[in-house]
Amino acid sequence: MPDFAFPHRDLPPTGQGDRPQWMGLLAKARPERLAAALAGLDLPAHDWARAPETGAVMVRGRMGGSGAPFNLGEMTVTRCALRIASGEIGHAYVQGRDKAHATRAALVDALMQGPRAAELRAAVLEPLAAAAAADRAARAGKAAATKVDFFTMVRGED
Amino acid sequence: MYVAVKGGERAIDNAHAWLAEERRGDPSVPELGVAQIREQLALSVNRVMAEGSLYDPDLAALAIKQARGDLIEAVFLIRAYRTTLPRFGASQPVDTAAMDCLRRVSATFKDVPGGQVLGPTFDYTHRLLDFKLMAEGEAPVAPGEPVEPAPVPHVTGFLNRDGLIEQEPESDAAPGDLTREPLELPASRALRLQSLARGDEGFVLGMAYSTQRGYARNHAFVGELRIGTCCIEMEIQELGFAVEIGEVELTECETVNQFKGSKTEPPQFTRGYGLTFAQNERKAISMALVDRALRWRELGEDDSGAPAQDEEFVLMHSDNIQATGFLEHIKLPHYVDFQSELELVRKIRAEAIAANKDAPDV
Repeated sequence: MPDFAFPHRDLPPTGQGDRPQWMGLLAKARPERLAAALAGLDLPAHDWARAPETGAVMVRGRMGGSGAPFNLGEMTVTRCALRIASGEIGHAYVQGRDKAHATRAALVDALMQGPRAAELRAAVLEPLAAAAAADRAARAGKAAATKVDFFTMVRGED
Repeated sequence: MYVAVKGGERAIDNAHAWLAEERRGDPSVPELGVAQIREQLALSVNRVMAEGSLYDPDLAALAIKQARGDLIEAVFLIRAYRTTLPRFGASQPVDTAAMDCLRRVSATFKDVPGGQVLGPTFDYTHRLLDFKLMAEGEAPVAPGEPVEPAPVPHVTGFLNRDGLIEQEPESDAAPGDLTREPLELPASRALRLQSLARGDEGFVLGMAYSTQRGYARNHAFVGELRIGTCCIEMEIQELGFAVEIGEVELTECETVNQFKGSKTEPPQFTRGYGLTFAQNERKAISMALVDRALRWRELGEDDSGAPAQDEEFVLMHSDNIQATGFLEHIKLPHYVDFQSELELVRKIRAEAIAANKDAPDV
């Protein structure tokens, strides 16, 4: 496994290096943040292997949180695949209906497979991961501030 | 029976134009934006996502605006939209133990590892109208503490250790999907849960409440209620590996219920399960109670004849789109139908009057 240059969630090894991690990071990134991170970069032209399309993914849960799966409901997802001039093919499956966001995610996925990976990692993935971690820490901090210690009262008759 | 009618186009167009005007309301009042609905009427948005069975806060907010705040009409719009979407696949079952919790409470264990975290709750508010909200004020800011986010363990896990609570059988069997196959009874627990998750909140609440009042009482405690975000992961066929495709907010409720034991099972606690999209805890708790009531057969309990135990009654009446579709169609033109009814009643009435006239006076 390569060493990861951005914070990530542990996923089972796939033989793909950290590609699943960066694809997940891009999918979960706020569209405006990914757009801002790419704004200053020189992006290559691309051909569509699969033009952006919006569809649904059925989200599954487990009975009791740990038992057999059941279908909870769907979520909107937009996917696309594109080929950049140097030949790499980038894929994206991102939550929501934002085709520009899916396109940007696929572009980064393609560039991450080529010689500009280090540049993209520093300019896009690391800031996105840091922003996501900050959001998560802020939510956890607010939750921690609402942590209570209930105590049971002694009944009068005892 | 509904028989098609023709005509009325101009009246219908004008009615819809008036609907649009009424939707906008007084033009001197600023128009409500979809983002405002998404951010400031979030619990309405959540309900529309849960019952519309589609997680997309922007679309749910749009539906609420279009429906003039009629949430069932908004659910209808979302259900109609989702039928236009191609299905890319199914996610891997979401791991709620890894949830980033913003709320997590247990009514059964005071000192639960991970703590009781209230989160943004209406609990313990005084339910007094806050007239300050009528004035424009600064955005409130909640206090925070520096912490390292960490997953919190499921409460039922602690009872599992002592064998005091039933185990959920492990399985990766692909569940049935009632959006693909018509619901047939008896339904599997997977289909019951799918049906309850998209069922009308008011209906499921009423069913759950009936169990608390004694119709198939199952002595539920909220073992754990948690709300937070979970990653959604899906196997991407063309790549051959799984990636996270997004993050959804979920509410999960696990109830711990009394159980006397049966011929095959020793006395232990049993479980009910509720899971809904987004922050939606009344629905999740209700779902868990009704799930538990519907499990009477597999747990070897008596059928007390209560509505909440009757799968046909619960599952066939919980969907508010099916219900409102059938209910509201009776206001549409039934002129031909009614004409025949009218003729029938006139005929029987005439016969009855004639028979009375012929009857000898006593």
